[in-house]
Amino acid sequence: MNSLPSSKPAPAVRTSDVCRYYPMGGGIIRAVDGISLTIERGEFVALLGQSGSGKSTLLNLLAGLDRPSSGSVMVQGRDLAKMSSEELAAYRRNDVGMVFQAFHLIPSMTITENVELPMRFAEVDRAERGERVRESLEQVGLGKRLEHRPSELSGGEQQRVSLARALANRPSLLLADEPTGNLDSRTGEDILNLIRDLSLSLGMTVVMVTHERALAERFAQRLVFLADGKLLSQEAVA
Amino acid sequence: MKGYDLFELAVRNLRQSKLRNGLTTVGISVGVASLVAMLSLGVGLQQLATRRLAGSGMFDTVFVTSKQDFRGFDREDDQKTEHPENAPVLDEPARGAMTHLQYVTEVEPEIRVMGEVVSGGQTHFGFVTGLPMSARENEAFDNLQGKFFSGPSAEEVILLNDFAKEIDPKDPKGLIGQEVTLRYGERQALAPDSESAGRPQLSGGAVGGSNPTSGDDFGFSVVRKTQKLKVVGIIEEEPYGGMRTVSRGRIFLPVDLTEKLNMAQFTDMRSSLRGGGGKTYMTLTVRVKDPAKVAQVQDAINKMGFRTFSVLDATKSLRRFFTVLDLFLGIFGSLALAVATLAIINTLVMAVLERRREIGVMKAIGASDGDVKRLFFAEAGAMGFFGGLLGIALGFAIGKAINVGTGIYLHRHQLPAEAVWILPPWLIGAAIAFSIVVSLLAGLYPASRAAKLDPVQTLKYE
Repeated sequence: MNSLPSSKPAPAVRTSDVCRYYPMGGGIIRAVDGISLTIERGEFVALLGQSGSGKSTLLNLLAGLDRPSSGSVMVQGRDLAKMSSEELAAYRRNDVGMVFQAFHLIPSMTITENVELPMRFAEVDRAERGERVRESLEQVGLGKRLEHRPSELSGGEQQRVSLARALANRPSLLLADEPTGNLDSRTGEDILNLIRDLSLSLGMTVVMVTHERALAERFAQRLVFLADGKLLSQEAVA
Repeated sequence: MKGYDLFELAVRNLRQSKLRNGLTTVGISVGVASLVAMLSLGVGLQQLATRRLAGSGMFDTVFVTSKQDFRGFDREDDQKTEHPENAPVLDEPARGAMTHLQYVTEVEPEIRVMGEVVSGGQTHFGFVTGLPMSARENEAFDNLQGKFFSGPSAEEVILLNDFAKEIDPKDPKGLIGQEVTLRYGERQALAPDSESAGRPQLSGGAVGGSNPTSGDDFGFSVVRKTQKLKVVGIIEEEPYGGMRTVSRGRIFLPVDLTEKLNMAQFTDMRSSLRGGGGKTYMTLTVRVKDPAKVAQVQDAINKMGFRTFSVLDATKSLRRFFTVLDLFLGIFGSLALAVATLAIINTLVMAVLERRREIGVMKAIGASDGDVKRLFFAEAGAMGFFGGLLGIALGFAIGKAINVGTGIYLHRHQLPAEAVWILPPWLIGAAIAFSIVVSLLAGLYPASRAAKLDPVQTLKYE
């Protein structure tokens, strides 16, 4: 992006010895403890580990929701650690889409309004929004019940809406935190299929946190194992 | 985030907890209403006082006297004036000069003479007063029976009701339209050979030097004359509350007519002592276009060497009184709004707690700290705005009730109704603006608390 024309384009994500410590009752918790990881553009990477292994903290660091205690997080050549909170907000709304285990849709808003919300923050022109909301919802296979509230939808549908919301500002990086954790296995597979297809068709980099190795092996291109805040091992999926 | 999105989100958030936000908004409106009711009561009272005083005709008027006369009236002034006998007199040129001063609308002499009205063979004694045309504005003419003078020198007369009753106890109003005869003394210049002219003279009426042949001699005679006048109106009370002169006038003539008739006045005696023969006035009443310009006119006339008097100082202290009154009314009115401010803070802090997760989600999908802060500000501002609108309506209703109440009270005491409560347009705007500003201030703390929320904490899976 900001690299010289002759050199290879910067990887989607590169962390160098990134750490995130929390003070806790006199001591400190090393949630992320010196992880160096490179993810190429368009890659679908799964972060695996037990709960407390630091995979969610690493995801939040990539999302710019949290700041590293030390080390750097480079996304497309830009160092998130050096950004102001306003710049991080702009990064989150323009470059990142997030999907959560608990969907985190706004219950008082309709499906359409939920998908439109990121566009309000990104100051997308009003006239353009309707079309873009429809486009995002089409990409996740939702065309009906758009004026319903999230609570009137099934879990799978809600996760689709949340995915559509993540796509609303056409991000280059999709971060998914246990996206199938609240879904039955069949619906979970549907969602992961969808994420993989979108990654391929839009050239979008995907980082997914999960503890279900079997699912990760089926959809991700690379598995990254974490334990106690450290990178344990990586393996490419054939 | 753009303004309309901010407003839309704020309003939809407010609608999420209709009861709570509604109650807070009503709280604000009660605060605004009490402030509006109090301040507009202050405004109303001030306008009432100003109206009554302006109606009395005292506040746009400067009274001018010569420093030669009324010595000892103002000792301090006398000491400053070295030779009062050299001070200028109020003569025709002085009057003309005053007429041409800026902001002066009228300069009229004080005319007050004794006269008799002859009607139905009976004579009735009374003081005759000349009234300028501007006297029409005086509150004494608010309940004038009949009409005002048709012109400044019309041969017409307006009578005080008491006097009319004296002439016709059964039907004083019946005098309107009838013709009466006024008997008065006319001042005539004394010819040098007056002794031999053989003209009719009132015995003792001629005032002059002891030696008519002396060059210093000067005098005039007073001759009884009659003038037919048409009664055009009857009034209950004397204009200007009779404050301008010592004796109570009961017969009113247009001032130019009295001058034309050349009625002999007491003050003619004084001017005869001065010599020189020119006509002089004891007092001139200078009317100013705008009460605010009275001081300026007063200054200009003082520079001409005359003594002036106005009730301007009285208005100054009146204004001070109303400023203090407004301040106190404002403070009392603000108390309710201060309580409402606490309600806003409470409501918004509750909203921040309830919407922790929502705020976290918004940040995760791209809202900046500033966006979150502005959203809560917008919610506070919207409550302030709607509370302000509602408060104006409520305050208006309270004010109307005050007016109706005082109206009934005044009516019971046989007094005309007065609007003691007036809502000026500026107060409507100011109250809404104030309500919004106060609400925004109340939103400061909750908004910054919302902005500081850590999204990672709020989004943790339960």
